[in-house]
Amino acid sequence: MNDMSESDRLPTLPKRSVVSMAGEKLLEFIIRLSGISAIVFVLAIFFFIFREAAPIFFSENFNLVKFLFNAEWYPTSVTNVRYGTLALTVGSISVTLLAMSIAVPFGLGSAVYISEFCSPRLKEALKIIIELLAAIPSVVWGFIGLTVMSRTIISLTGAPVGVNLLNGGLILALMSVPIIVSIAEDALKAVPDSYREAALALGATNWQVVYRVLLPSAKNGLLAAVLLGIGRSVGETMAVLMATGHAVQIPHGLLDSVRTLTANIAAELGEASASSDHYHVLFLTGVLLFILTFAVNLTADFVIRGIRRK
Amino acid sequence: MAAEQKQNSIQTRNLNLWYGEFQALKSVSVDVKNGLITALIGPSGCGKTTLLRCFNRINERFPYVRTQGEIVILGKNIYDPDVSLIELRKSVGMVFQRPNPIPISVYENVLFGLRIHHRLGHFKKAYLEEIVEKSLTEVGLWKDLRDRLKVKATTLQLEQQQKLCIARLLPLKPEIILMDEPCSALDVEGTRSIEDLMYKLRGRYTIVIVTHNMAQARRVSDECIFMLLGEKIEHSRTEDLFLKPQNPKTGEYIEGRYG
Ligand SMILES: Nc1ncnc2c1ncn2[C@@H]1O[C@H](COP(=O)(O)OP(=O)(O)O)[C@@H](O)[C@H]1O
Ligand SMILES: [Mg+2]
Repeated sequence: MNDMSESDRLPTLPKRSVVSMAGEKLLEFIIRLSGISAIVFVLAIFFFIFREAAPIFFSENFNLVKFLFNAEWYPTSVTNVRYGTLALTVGSISVTLLAMSIAVPFGLGSAVYISEFCSPRLKEALKIIIELLAAIPSVVWGFIGLTVMSRTIISLTGAPVGVNLLNGGLILALMSVPIIVSIAEDALKAVPDSYREAALALGATNWQVVYRVLLPSAKNGLLAAVLLGIGRSVGETMAVLMATGHAVQIPHGLLDSVRTLTANIAAELGEASASSDHYHVLFLTGVLLFILTFAVNLTADFVIRGIRRK
Repeated sequence: MAAEQKQNSIQTRNLNLWYGEFQALKSVSVDVKNGLITALIGPSGCGKTTLLRCFNRINERFPYVRTQGEIVILGKNIYDPDVSLIELRKSVGMVFQRPNPIPISVYENVLFGLRIHHRLGHFKKAYLEEIVEKSLTEVGLWKDLRDRLKVKATTLQLEQQQKLCIARLLPLKPEIILMDEPCSALDVEGTRSIEDLMYKLRGRYTIVIVTHNMAQARRVSDECIFMLLGEKIEHSRTEDLFLKPQNPKTGEYIEGRYG
C-alpha cells in the first residue's frame, strides 16, 4: 500500500527554505537602501550648506549681483564690508584651465602609451608609479609647491614671488594626471581588440589605429577622464592654498598670485564667528562652488549624450 | 618554378609557428592557386586561423609569436626585410570570424582603407562617393544602405556588418581575400548570402576561407586543404578530397569520426 502511493506520486521540485527567501528580500532591501542613500546624502549636503548660507540674503551689506560680479573681497573691513567673489571664481577657473592644458595632453598621451605601445613589464611598472603619484596627500603637494616649485619658478622667471598661478597650475596638473591616466587607460582597454585588428589588417600603422580607431571608439571614456580631472582641480583645496600665493586679485599673467574659492573657504572659515555675515557668505561661496562643479558635470553629460546620438 | 609562382598566389615552405613554447604550425607547405576559392578545413584548434593570419602577418602583433620558414605571396617572400607590411596588407585583405566594423559611419568604414593610405583631400568627394557606391553594390548592400550611409556601422545587422567588412577591402583593390569562418556568427540566410557573394567575387580575387563546416567547404570551394594538429594532411580539388581522400585521416574526418 505504502509502496504503491510512493511510486504513483509525481516528482516534485524541492521548495526553497523560508530563511533563504527572507535573506534574499533583506539583501535586496539593503542594496536598494544604499542606492537611494546616495541621493539622500547629496540633497542633505546641499540643504545643509544652503541653510547656513541663507541668512546672508537678509543682511543689508549683501548684494547678489555684487557677490557674483565684483572682485573686491573685504569681508572683515570695519568701515566698508565688501563680498565680491569674482576674483576668487576667476582664480579657481584660471588655475583649473592652466592645470588642464598641461594635464590633459600628458594624461591622455601617457594613457595611450601605456595601453598601446609599451611592453607588458614596463606597463606594470608605469601603472604602479602612477598609482603612487595618486597616493601623495595634497598637503604634500602643497609643500612641494611652496618650496621646490616656488624656488624653481623664481630662479627661472625672475618673478618676485614663486607662489602664483603658474605654481598652482603645475601642482594641480601633477595631481590630476594620475586620475586622467587611469580612467583613460581603462577606456582604451575597453575598446575591443577586434577593432584594432580590423584597422591593422587594412594596413594601418599603430599610430593610425590610435587616432582613427581608438580615439573615436573611446570618446566617452576619455571625456569622462578629462572631466574627473577638472573636478579634481576645481575641488582641490590644500595644495592650491599653499601654492597659489593666496592673493585676492584677478590675475593678468601666469606669475600673478591668485586665490581660489576653495582655498578662501578653508582659510577664513575658522576665523569667521558663527552666524556672522562673514560666516554665512563663506557658505554661499560653497554653494557657488557646488553650482560650478554641477554645471561642469551637467555639460559633460550633455556632451556625452550628444556624441551618443550621433 | 617561375611559372608555378605565377599560378600560385600564396606559397608556403616549411612554415613553423610557435605561440611561446607551443608549436601551432608544423612544417606547413601549401600552394594556393590564383583566382580560386581555397577552403582550409580541420577540427577546432588544428591551426587554420593561425595559418590564415600568417598570410598578412597579423600574427606578429603578439610578441610571443615566433615564425620560421617561407611564405611567398604574389611572388615575394613576405618575411624579406624589404617587404612593406602596409603594401602587403593592402594586397591581402582579411575578413574576421566576428564582424568587426569600426564604430564610425558606414560611409567611413568603406573608405577607411583609402583614408589611411592617402593624404587628407587627396580625393574628390564625388570620387569617394562613387567608390562607396561601387563597393557597397558589389557586396549587395547598396540598396539597403544607400540612405543610411551616416549610420554607425556597429548598429547594423550582423549579416550587413560582415558584408560591410568585405566591402571595405575592395577600395584597396586587393589580390587576395582571407576569410576566417566568415559565417560562424550568422544565421542560415546570412550564411547563404555571404556564400553567394563569395561566388560572385570568385576569379577576380584569390579567396582563402577557413571553415569547420564541411558542407560549406563543399559548396563554395574549388580546392580544399585539410589540416590536423598543426600539420597539412591533404590538399586537393574539393570534390576529390571529399569523394576519394588520399589520406585515411582525411577520410575519417569527413566521415565525422572526430572534429
Ligand atoms: N594567441 C594565441 N596564443 C596562444 N595559443 C594560441 C593563440 N591562438 C591560437 N592558439 C593555439 O594554437 C592552436 C591553433 O589555434 P587556431 O589557429 O585558432 O585553430 P583553429 O582556427 O583551427 O581552430 C590552438 O591549440 C590554440 O589553442
Ligand atoms: Mg579558428
